[in-house]
Amino acid sequence: MLEIKNLHVKLEEEDKVILRGVDLKIGPGEVHAIMGPNGSGKSTLSYVLAGRDGYSVTDGSATLEGAELLEMEPEERAAAGLFLAFQYPVEIPGVGNMTFLRTAVNAQRKARGEPELSAGDFLKVVREKAKTLKIDADMLKRPVNVGFSGGEKKRNEILQMAMLEPRMCILDETDSGLDVDAMKLVSDGVNALRDAGRSFLVITHYQRLLDHIKPDVVHIMTAGRIIRTGGPELALEVEANGYADILGEVG
Amino acid sequence: MALAKVKEDALSARVAGLSLPEAAGWLGAARTDARARLQAMGLPVRRDEYWRYTDPSSLVAQDAPAASRFDPGDEPEAFDGIDRLKIVFVDGVFDPAASDDLTLAGVEIERLETAASAQIHWAQGIFGVLEARGQTPVARPFAALGTAYAKDGILIRATGRAARPVALIYSHSSDTSDAILHHCVKLEAGSNLTLLESGPAAARFTKVLEVDVADGAEFHHIRVQGRDHERRAATHLFARVGAGASFKSFTLTANGRLTRNEAVIELAGPAARAHLAGAAVGDGDFHHDDTVFVTHTAPDCESRQVFKKVLMNGATGVFQGKILVRQGAQKTDGYQISQSLLLDEDSQFLAKPELEIYADDVKCSHGSTSGAIDETALFYLQSRGVPRSAAQGLLVLAFLAEAIEEVADEVIADDIRSRLEGWLARHAAKGGK
Ligand SMILES: Nc1ncnc2c1ncn2[C@@H]1O[C@H](COP(=O)(O)OP(=O)(O)OP(=O)(O)O)[C@@H](O)[C@H]1O
Ligand SMILES: [Mg+2]
Repeated sequence: MLEIKNLHVKLEEEDKVILRGVDLKIGPGEVHAIMGPNGSGKSTLSYVLAGRDGYSVTDGSATLEGAELLEMEPEERAAAGLFLAFQYPVEIPGVGNMTFLRTAVNAQRKARGEPELSAGDFLKVVREKAKTLKIDADMLKRPVNVGFSGGEKKRNEILQMAMLEPRMCILDETDSGLDVDAMKLVSDGVNALRDAGRSFLVITHYQRLLDHIKPDVVHIMTAGRIIRTGGPELALEVEANGYADILGEVG
Repeated sequence: MALAKVKEDALSARVAGLSLPEAAGWLGAARTDARARLQAMGLPVRRDEYWRYTDPSSLVAQDAPAASRFDPGDEPEAFDGIDRLKIVFVDGVFDPAASDDLTLAGVEIERLETAASAQIHWAQGIFGVLEARGQTPVARPFAALGTAYAKDGILIRATGRAARPVALIYSHSSDTSDAILHHCVKLEAGSNLTLLESGPAAARFTKVLEVDVADGAEFHHIRVQGRDHERRAATHLFARVGAGASFKSFTLTANGRLTRNEAVIELAGPAARAHLAGAAVGDGDFHHDDTVFVTHTAPDCESRQVFKKVLMNGATGVFQGKILVRQGAQKTDGYQISQSLLLDEDSQFLAKPELEIYADDVKCSHGSTSGAIDETALFYLQSRGVPRSAAQGLLVLAFLAEAIEEVADEVIADDIRSRLEGWLARHAAKGGK
């Protein structure tokens, strides 16, 4: 599904190298988790994959189902099936959440040569999905993320993911800021989307989330590199002992 | 050379080619008075404080600089879907063949020319009167020029609820036309009228609209200025709003080399309300100036000014807006916001917001901002699959929303939104990133 090879990234504006050769291969239907200390480059990796400005790729590649991601515009990556649930979802005053969702869904359908959803069909689907995430009608009407609590913003990300039905989902600390019940809601939302044709990359600091969303593979990233890869037990090890041991081993 | 002399010369040059409209009676007298006012003021030059941000030279020049007509293709004309009474002017001259019959329940409509022969006419108390009042504390010479030299115009008096909106449609036919129009509108107590204005009118357009809104009446004004890229316009809107009356005006401007829209509004009776809004979008050789002066004379009145401009490829936006609260105008609620969205570094916005308050129990706020498009929001939208140009369009419409909200009629508001969407899609496609 997603294949990242030897990815090197620096900031465009300054000579600061953030990713120093990331290799990662996620097969269809797999769930991978990335853990790692603050500032190790996890969000940067997700932004570079999604196509955010401000970074330059100095080496390496990233492909989604064989297609070279790094040459596409962000909207083309989305249409190709990539989705990033932001660590910090963006507020957009003046643009209604519902308008935003409908515009996004129809833009992707158009890019794929599918017919647009009628207003009625769209409304039906969005209401149903919002309900399972406990997103009320008022949140759908309000401007995108404006005045939403931290947890509401994260649930809104998952609603977008559910509406867009991407094939490769990257979740950047979707668990941070969620209370116990919301964590369950969000995890259920994610698990409902799991299938053989859809893959996940879950960035998190806590084992907790991985109790709900069971990963197949866990990676540890530090200083812009993946330094260890293992099974779910690796997350338990981090939870119990922190990163010191793992870092020590490698260093 | 002394400023006064320069201004006098500017006036002589401008009127050299104009013939004085003939009129005896009250109309002739009003025009003679206006000519005297004009003579005393002269025409503005760049050195005038009030014209600091806008160069008046092309408005003052003897001949109108040529402006080619815009071909809108198969796009429907403004307010196309609205059932309205049409009054058409071509290059500033009334066109009876293209206009509807000037009869409408709840309203009296008459050409300026025919009103001149009446011994007594309701327009006597308005024509040139509101304009003259609006000449202090700041001179507005193009308005006096309009009163003195407009040969044509329309007089509208609402006596009840107007059965349909009245639409003034200004078409532009000759590339060098120089049109001067002067209209008066009177809303009798408790009446209700919607006035629509659309079209470029001419290569150069000088227009005065005086509106007297009597107690408890409601006036809605929605204007869509024509899309001709090279046209120039100096327009004035004078209004007096009576007790409990409501005045609402919204202007959409897309294109035009030079537009100066002045609005001079007096809240004259208690609990009057005046809302003025504008949305302007310009690409390239575009200079748009909103100059607004709102005076609170009576207590308990509310005024709102919401002006938004989207500028790209070197376009310039200007806002000069003032709220003056006179001594007796307690409990005034005044609000003013002017904002620009600069889509590149070549564009600029110049703003001069002012408050002058002589009453102690008032609530007035004003703000002015100038900013670029929010790149983070743009990326967020793109990451959801919305193409960059469409994402930019969404953000621009969101920026303009507060101004468009001042259009009460939802059908008209939707029409304005879709016009803006079309404009943005065309211009984002050729410019932008
Ligand atoms: N635009 C930027 N300007 C300056 N520094 C940046 C920028 N983007 C990332 N960095 C730096 O790059 C490093 C990696 O940041 P990144 O956000 O990818 O870390 P992270 O692993 O997601 O951390 P966290 O766990 O705290 O979310 C940090 O040192 C960060 O300060
Ligand atoms: Mg991060």
